[in-house]
Amino acid sequence: MLKIWSMQQDANADAAAGTKKKKVTAAQLRIQKDLSELALPSTMKTDFPDPDDTLNFTLTIEPDEGMYKGGRFHFTFAIPQSFPHEAPKVKCTQKIYHPNIDLDGNVCLNILREDWKPVLNLQAVIIGLQFLFLEPNASDPLNKEAAEDLRSNREGFKRNVRSAMGGGSVKHQTFERVLKT
Amino acid sequence: MSQPVMVASTLQAPTVPDSRWIYLDNVRQKKGPFTDEESFDASGEAVSAMEKMKLLVIGAGGLGCEILKDLALSGFKDIHVIDMDTIDVSNLNRQFLFRQSDVGKSKAEVAARFVEKRVKGVSITPHNCKIQDKDDEFYMQFNIVICGLDSIEARRWINSTLVDLVDNENPESLKPLIDGGTEGFKGQSRVIFPTMTSCIECQLDMHAPRAAVPLCTLATIPRQPEHCIEWAHIMAWEQEKPFPKLDNDDPEHITWLYKKALARAQEFNISGVTYSLTQGVVKNIIPAIASTNAIIAASCCNEAFKIATSTNPSLGFEENYMMYSGNDSIYTYTFKHEKKDDCPVCGNIARNMEIDPNFTLEEFIESLAARPEAQLKKPSIRSEQKTIYMQSPESLELKTRPNLVKKMGELVEDGEEIGVSDPSLGSVNFKYRLRFSKPFKSH
Repeated sequence: MLKIWSMQQDANADAAAGTKKKKVTAAQLRIQKDLSELALPSTMKTDFPDPDDTLNFTLTIEPDEGMYKGGRFHFTFAIPQSFPHEAPKVKCTQKIYHPNIDLDGNVCLNILREDWKPVLNLQAVIIGLQFLFLEPNASDPLNKEAAEDLRSNREGFKRNVRSAMGGGSVKHQTFERVLKT
Repeated sequence: MSQPVMVASTLQAPTVPDSRWIYLDNVRQKKGPFTDEESFDASGEAVSAMEKMKLLVIGAGGLGCEILKDLALSGFKDIHVIDMDTIDVSNLNRQFLFRQSDVGKSKAEVAARFVEKRVKGVSITPHNCKIQDKDDEFYMQFNIVICGLDSIEARRWINSTLVDLVDNENPESLKPLIDGGTEGFKGQSRVIFPTMTSCIECQLDMHAPRAAVPLCTLATIPRQPEHCIEWAHIMAWEQEKPFPKLDNDDPEHITWLYKKALARAQEFNISGVTYSLTQGVVKNIIPAIASTNAIIAASCCNEAFKIATSTNPSLGFEENYMMYSGNDSIYTYTFKHEKKDDCPVCGNIARNMEIDPNFTLEEFIESLAARPEAQLKKPSIRSEQKTIYMQSPESLELKTRPNLVKKMGELVEDGEEIGVSDPSLGSVNFKYRLRFSKPFKSH
């Protein structure tokens, strides 16, 4: 019907005839690149429960300075098939006391939501997460009470962090013990 | 059943003689000033070739109804339509192939029956299912695919399916994709020759995403009624889980969200939360305008007609994108959207590579370093199913290291695709389809 075919031939196109084979998805390929370029400091580690599924993994952060020093924090990463057009889905698996992480583990980090761009990579997200433990941010809260504590009484907030990390309670909320030792 | 019978009888095509097609035949059989002399064939054969063409219409909603009617009246005789939806009472103002008595029935089936009844000699085959339920073989039977869809996900799916279908050795595998879209008074129609011209994925930035509101704003300082609704939708629902799963079409669920949002709005002294706004925000509804649909569908079907008959130049290789705006009087602009070299769908198509399946993975990796177009020092490799080898992070390197001594034939099948990335490649990745040059001896 058409003469389209003769007009242009894409030299690079695949010549596989009729075989229906599984293809490596764009998200898989991109996450592979991001993973192989990760340069993590000794305070952070990734773990892959199923090494064949690189779209789902966990990250452990063990801050060696700041108010959360001595803790061990676990996050799950779920990379959507639309990655990098959409941001990774990141959740903290523990119940922790932190102004930017709510009691269900949702994380308020701008580059995981409104400021995500496909040019950002996994490294940027992970560094952003680490930063939340070094500099919790009271002006951008998800756990309002923790933010209020941080803003009004920094020393009190520090004590609350220690107590919560040890598995204690802060204002009727019991937190999970996250200390390394 | 009294109503449908009545409706059907008033709609029965009166005695329309063949004169219905006189004007169409004028266009099909006489050259115009822009007709391409080489490919235009004025003989009756061209007309019958067009009548043998099989077209697929995706979506039988606002655009789909118009498209089906336009195609049938343009002289196409073999049309398939696919839609997973059923007819809702709110569709009836513009989806003119449906009547009140059709509410709850399959859109594809009702639309097909209606058009067949009105236009004698046309065959319309309905498919009441998701586009994802159909396989490559199904899509292979069509000559042209026309989309009247309301979701970007569905567009991306059919786009990548049609790109994957292209086989250079088989011209029939190239299916022109015509995509229409409307939003309020605005719309677009575009023509894509998969793998050859800019595809939907290349043009993804043409769809402005809905501005996301920071989670923190939702959680702490809502300013607009929409913030309260989003809060109820994203946070309150997750916490309280009043029903196992949110169903946007269930009035009970929307009412729950509405009440939550309203209470929050009152707490923050925000006015404007209503039931219909709640429904609008949750379902992301933008009003549909019947005339916009009619204009865009007409443009899409014109393109199909021109591609099928060569009577006039179609959108495609030069200009490929027509945008329309009816917001302030009427404006259209047609331009060429360039193909993207790094498009994840049409920009990175697997090259063939012959390998000896008796090579070990380690030997294969060494051979990648020697290939002139690759020259990879630290490649990481996966197939769709398996992570074959990762240079880092350490945890994955350790888990995939045992593969290095395995033979390639153990790790991949003949004809399987692999993706290769390497820090030295920057944003570029390679895809190879591996072909075994020898039989694989497993032991």
